[in-house]
Amino acid sequence: MKNTVEIRWHGRGGQGAKTAALLLADVAFKTGKYVQGFPEYGPERMGAPITAYNRISNDPITVHSNIYEPDFVVVVDESLLESIDVTKGLNPKGAVIVNSTRSREEIADKLHGYEGAVYTVDAKAISIRALGKNYPNSPMLAATVAVSKVMGKEEFLKEMRTSFHHKFAKKPEVIDGNMMALELAFAQAE
Amino acid sequence: MANEKIYDRINEQSPWQDITEGNKIFEAATSRDFCTGEWRTATPVWDKDKCKQCLLCTPVCPDSSIPVTAGKREEFDYDHCKGCGICAKVCPFGAIGMREGK
Amino acid sequence: MAIRERLSGNEAVAFAIKQVNPDVMPAFPITPSTEIPQYVANYIANGEIDTEFIPVESEHSAMSATIGASAAGARAITATSSCGMALMWEELYVAASNRLPIVLALVNRALSGPININADHSDSMGARDTGWIQIYAESNQEVYDNFIQAFPIAEDKRVHLPVMICQDGFITSHGVENILLVEDDKVKSFVGEYEPEHYLLNPEEKMAIGPYAVSNYYMETKRAQRQAMIQAREVILETAARFEEMTGRKYGFFEAYCMEDAEYAVVIIGSAAGTCKAAIDEIRSTTGAKVGLIKIRVFRPFPEEEIAEALSGVKAAAILDRSEMFSATSGPLGAEVRAALYQAHSKVETVNYFYGLGGRDITVSDFKTVYGNLETIAQTHVVTGMYEYIGLRSEQSKED
Repeated sequence: MKNTVEIRWHGRGGQGAKTAALLLADVAFKTGKYVQGFPEYGPERMGAPITAYNRISNDPITVHSNIYEPDFVVVVDESLLESIDVTKGLNPKGAVIVNSTRSREEIADKLHGYEGAVYTVDAKAISIRALGKNYPNSPMLAATVAVSKVMGKEEFLKEMRTSFHHKFAKKPEVIDGNMMALELAFAQAE
Repeated sequence: MANEKIYDRINEQSPWQDITEGNKIFEAATSRDFCTGEWRTATPVWDKDKCKQCLLCTPVCPDSSIPVTAGKREEFDYDHCKGCGICAKVCPFGAIGMREGK
Repeated sequence: MAIRERLSGNEAVAFAIKQVNPDVMPAFPITPSTEIPQYVANYIANGEIDTEFIPVESEHSAMSATIGASAAGARAITATSSCGMALMWEELYVAASNRLPIVLALVNRALSGPININADHSDSMGARDTGWIQIYAESNQEVYDNFIQAFPIAEDKRVHLPVMICQDGFITSHGVENILLVEDDKVKSFVGEYEPEHYLLNPEEKMAIGPYAVSNYYMETKRAQRQAMIQAREVILETAARFEEMTGRKYGFFEAYCMEDAEYAVVIIGSAAGTCKAAIDEIRSTTGAKVGLIKIRVFRPFPEEEIAEALSGVKAAAILDRSEMFSATSGPLGAEVRAALYQAHSKVETVNYFYGLGGRDITVSDFKTVYGNLETIAQTHVVTGMYEYIGLRSEQSKED
């Protein structure tokens, strides 16, 4: 069972946490893994807290429940720390990755005594530097891969470039910026 | 059989195995074979002399029992007329009367 | 070579529709099945298929138009969920009694009220008596495979019945998983060209469909309809065998998982079966308890004798229902499995659980509890009631 890496995403409707989870499933799939990517099922409302999940494994996955004891937690919106116990059930040998300008220590104080590793990524600054706009999900995706090591850096970047070529076939000028956002976030989380 | 009718094959004595799939009927205008005129307790009578051929009676007949040929109505189709009397009611010229019985 | 992909359940069904390229698809959007007609409309707009898409004003109209198209001679499909299916209600019976080989992609969702958009089986279970064949899926792979098999089953002369291909709303419909797709040409040759023998738009044959049937005919008609459901059994198995030849993936009326030596069995429908399998693997590799699973795939026709036979060796079985039927005794699957066991003079202890109503999650640890309870029941022969709940908040600890 612990062949499977389980990841829980916390975000707000409209920030792309679900999309990031689906992208992670996508890129892990391309590196030959068995994957699941799914949202917490409910009406999607802009700004409302949402949860999304990933299971990534070398073996077929049959479990169809939500994830209560994740190996990694990703928080796309720092303000959620006030209202949600994001590290609930989180494996102390795992890690939580928070989109924040603050230090790991400052964030750790807000995590209800979670004893595992804490990473912070300033996804907003990275995104604005690389893309000129605040799209936090790409940097958070890269940070998640860097921390969880569900795949290697080179493999990840190569697959992402391929999918950006697909996704932005009509806007190739944004591909380099997106790749830069991934690399900056990867470096910050490592 | 050229003249075989659907009710020769499927009728109220038929076992379930003989019922067509989904009750589909592979014949057209089977209602013609169903002589509803037998139900009649009052019979319309057409007075050709009073009739102006205005054709108001034809479309109101619920059983299509007033045939029209070349723009003119003809004698009632008593095989299917149920004697409802709507034609008599609608006729502005008193050209249709109702007679008791068949 | 199969095509390795990752798709959501809705994407998988839409992809199967693209491969089959049916003649007509009337549909009305409803969560969580909306994506299916959306993707199909895209395929049509992109010129990838030439299906006639009919945007209708309600689900009642969707099923009516599907019936009309099918009666006219078209290969006709639609998709819906929950209240959409409820609005189709009278037409579901019409489709089945007119013996039209319609295929419906149902994405299972709880019926109102209270209004809820999440998965349970109250929509399809409520429609279990409408005369439709019902096939359920555990995963995206299964819903894709089932959808392709639906056409040869529905269109077989021995059957001519509509088929409902069911998957759990959001859980599989919106979850992305690995999937193996079959190549286009193989799918096309598997389902074949649709060539109905009788159809309304045939100028060579006079035909009327859906006539009034008085009491003197109605009962015989229903008996004939039942015969089609009986004959569907062999056609479902033949189609599965043909599908296995093509893909290597094996299907039957149900999947028996670890049942060879099982003493404690769960009987369940849908995506939660996968979670149950994970529990089984864990239990067998830790305590070694002999636990197994019967995952129902075909609920209509109901494989009564086969289920009783599959459960004949167990000491206790838990039958899990994802919908209420308010008999105040059991759920629909519980009632039918127990009837099957009774007919087989079985002495198996059974307990019926309600789980997952309105999308309530069920976990590996819930299944471990269920198997633990089965061991206790087998020892004590005491079943506390006709039914129990999984995940229900209650003041009574026995229901916790």
